Amino acid sequence: MTVYFLCLVLFSLGVYCILRKRNVIKIIVGIIIAEYAVNLFFILVAYRMNGRAPIFSRKAEIVNMVDPLPQALVLTSIVIGLATTALLVAIAMRIYEKYGTFDITKIRELRG
Amino acid sequence: MTAANNILPLFIITSLAGAFLTSLVGKRVKWFPDVMGSLTTFVLFGLSLSAIWLTNIHGTLVYSVGAWKPPFGIAMVLDSLTVFMLVTVNLVAFCVAIYSINYMEKFTSKWKFYTLFLLMLAGMNGVIITGDMFNLYVFLEIASVASYALVAFGTEKFELEAAFKYAIMGTLGSLFTLLGIVFLYSYTSTLNMADMATVLAEKGLKNIGLMVSVLFIMGFGLKAALVPFHAWLPDAHPSAPAPISAMLSGVLIKSLGVYSLCRIFYSVIGITSTFSSILMFLGALSMVIGVFLAIGQWDFKRLLAYHSISQIGYVILGIGLGTPLGILGGLFHLFNHSIFKSLLFLNSGAVEYATGTRDLQKMGGLAQKMPVTGATSFIASMSIAGIPPFNGFWSKLIIIIAAVQAGRYGYAFWAVLASLLTLASFTKVMKYAFMGNLREKWNQIKEVPFFMKLSMGVLAFICIVGGVLGLHSVREVFLQLATKTILEGVKYAEIVFQSLQ
Repeated sequence: MTVYFLCLVLFSLGVYCILRKRNVIKIIVGIIIAEYAVNLFFILVAYRMNGRAPIFSRKAEIVNMVDPLPQALVLTSIVIGLATTALLVAIAMRIYEKYGTFDITKIRELRG
Repeated sequence: MTAANNILPLFIITSLAGAFLTSLVGKRVKWFPDVMGSLTTFVLFGLSLSAIWLTNIHGTLVYSVGAWKPPFGIAMVLDSLTVFMLVTVNLVAFCVAIYSINYMEKFTSKWKFYTLFLLMLAGMNGVIITGDMFNLYVFLEIASVASYALVAFGTEKFELEAAFKYAIMGTLGSLFTLLGIVFLYSYTSTLNMADMATVLAEKGLKNIGLMVSVLFIMGFGLKAALVPFHAWLPDAHPSAPAPISAMLSGVLIKSLGVYSLCRIFYSVIGITSTFSSILMFLGALSMVIGVFLAIGQWDFKRLLAYHSISQIGYVILGIGLGTPLGILGGLFHLFNHSIFKSLLFLNSGAVEYATGTRDLQKMGGLAQKMPVTGATSFIASMSIAGIPPFNGFWSKLIIIIAAVQAGRYGYAFWAVLASLLTLASFTKVMKYAFMGNLREKWNQIKEVPFFMKLSMGVLAFICIVGGVLGLHSVREVFLQLATKTILEGVKYAEIVFQSLQ
């Protein structure tokens, strides 16, 4: 139970970071933290206490196996996260070139 | 298993192949991106039209990717709702691709534009056609990442700012969606939508239903720009190049937001009265707040973006009503909105192309110099404002009648009010931009080139004849079937497994 709670804390930390921080880079870090919390949660859901690797052999009984599917899915999700992060960082670099600052309170061309 | 279901993966493969070839060859061969973009979208449009015919003969088609039968492998499902969305998306994409031939001349590296455009299209088609939860998330992200990059395409100050805002909000929305999928997986131990619906029906929803529904409303609501989650849209949509604004407002928010919401709530989880009232409330809220915010805008594209929020409200209200007529109206309005809103964005692009401004106060009398743009935008404005005989009138009428029939007089009243305010705000657009006296500095402007006129003309034509879709015999094969698919709800599972045999 503690592990799930810590996972929730990590997610909240990420969301807090996105909502409260004023620095563009810190917001991106917040996104990454929240993303990792979700991935971690996905792995936790599939984990079985004292479980074993899901390899089928003639002698082994099919009990208490760790669910392998989420591990494969999380791999995909990490790659997607990488693409998003790369794009965000690229945009942040361009923003710095144009505005000369990372402070989002100073980046305000659009309003209304 | 028939040969007919081999058409399903083509929707994704064609657009991905187009994107790949464009990025490979387009850099060196100047004419290649234009041809490839138009050709790919034309093929996709043809395929989606033939899919109408196929589903009428065979019913629901299921394709198992890599011959892994559901519930184990990834499935693609082609039912009437899917076909309806595919036709809408690919029709708009085709018109936009033709338009871009001339419009994108002023940008450098056209091939990058077409690559991203086709990737976004692949993502949207994938979201629509997939029958697997995690696959839905993957395609959602493909479409989203491509659209973030496209919003920043001009790399000017405000474009970058809008893209950053959009990317942060969009990523957060996707995270909530993924979290919802994780919860559903942990409860049902399956990812296939049809199988999931079966398991959920057996085990009952209990508390997890509430948790998952809230996560999905947040996630897809962010993508669809429903009102509490709408803040990114008025920045992101106007900042993109005009063809992309047309795609984003016209189809992206619908395929990623409204369609996914519909599919998951009606076909997988099974809708309850609580959630339909939440949907209706959010819909009505977006409808009214969107139009109020729109009325004071002077930037042409920003005004249109606010109207997108308002019109999406109509669609969600119609679908949330849950009655056959309400869903029919919602879907009909979804189709109509993608036509006239993309047309309006293309018009704003044409005005910007000719005059270089988006400020309504600086325009005036442009209809004299640009007759095609003036006429088509008049048609689209009347259509969005709900003036008969244009298509927007019929769908709004159906939604309002459905709301009255369901006894929701309050919502019907708000729908009428929002429609009146829409009319007011588009009267303003017509008055300031196209009517009146021509200003001296616009004496030199010319009408836009041929392909832009062609694409606007086609969309305007559909606006005029779009009401036909509501006629009884036409409705039977297109809208009515899609409505039926939604109404069947969790019987979706049964239908999918049946068609596998």
